[in-house]
Amino acid sequence: MPEANEIAAEEFSAVVTKHRPQIFRFLLASTRDMDLAETLTQECFLKAHRNWASFRGESTAMTWLMRIAINLQKDHWRNRRMQFWRQTQVNSVDLDEASEWLPSGEGSAEQHLLARERVGQVWKVVEGLSERQRTVFLLRYVEEAELSEIARATGLSEGTVKAHLSRAVARVRAGLGGKR
Amino acid sequence: MKLIHLKKDLGEEPFKTMEQGGVRKLADAERDNEEAELDAALRDFRLSVHAWSEAAYNRPRTALAAAPRRRVWQLAAGWALGCALVAGGVSGGFYEHHQHEMKIAAARVAEQQRLAAEQRDKLAREQEEDLLAKVDSDVSREVPSAMEPLARLMAEDESK
Repeated sequence: MPEANEIAAEEFSAVVTKHRPQIFRFLLASTRDMDLAETLTQECFLKAHRNWASFRGESTAMTWLMRIAINLQKDHWRNRRMQFWRQTQVNSVDLDEASEWLPSGEGSAEQHLLARERVGQVWKVVEGLSERQRTVFLLRYVEEAELSEIARATGLSEGTVKAHLSRAVARVRAGLGGKR
Repeated sequence: MKLIHLKKDLGEEPFKTMEQGGVRKLADAERDNEEAELDAALRDFRLSVHAWSEAAYNRPRTALAAAPRRRVWQLAAGWALGCALVAGGVSGGFYEHHQHEMKIAAARVAEQQRLAAEQRDKLAREQEEDLLAKVDSDVSREVPSAMEPLARLMAEDESK
């Protein structure tokens, strides 16, 4: 029995090393708050560790972890709404700051500026999306997840995922068109 | 890196170039541009989030360790200041009390001295009066005997 526990601990350790950056990235993009993303990432892996024995491998570990992360994020926003009378500190960075991040050393200064402008416009649209649309959009266009994976992680049908994605992309297209 | 197909996601038919007779419609070209711009925007967005996340994930986290130390320092400083204030207040109170008692004692001593001086004055006055009375009686006894009948007459006259 101790051997089985050791194997499980090693497996889980490997899962953490492999997927932690991705979970953190999704939560950072969803919240735009580094400290909150870090806290939720910790909570996600703590929860996963507690339930690791019940993970039956029906989906990939990443999809399973993403599902936990999505639920934690939902719970967080729900609690924030419930605590509206409290003075809650908002640490989210503004859109301009979020748009500043671009891989350096690619293209001319003009191209860089153009890319930054485009990223800012996408952030603006993402901010206005519903929670579900935003989650689906980020999983697809930031995490590059397949539609079937998104459906499993969110608990929605593939058709619903497609519909949310279609609306989100239409809004991004309109946002980009609005600049011209 | 996987390629994301917008058309596949949105359930649209693959874009038709419609190059018929070598003429491409302006609307199609515009649509091409729009799609290219959307693809570019989504790609830049993804790269931007990846870059930001990587930087945030690898950032040094010294602030978290420093925060409790500063809180402990502040707590210690607060306690020290509080203790100093309490000690100052208590010692100030004692000093005030001591000063008050000193004043009372000085007033008592002054009062005692005043009473003693009064006593001394009173005693001196009484002694002086006794002396004067003695002198008077001594002087009156020295009246010459030849004058004695006249003095008796004057005393009788006064009694009438």
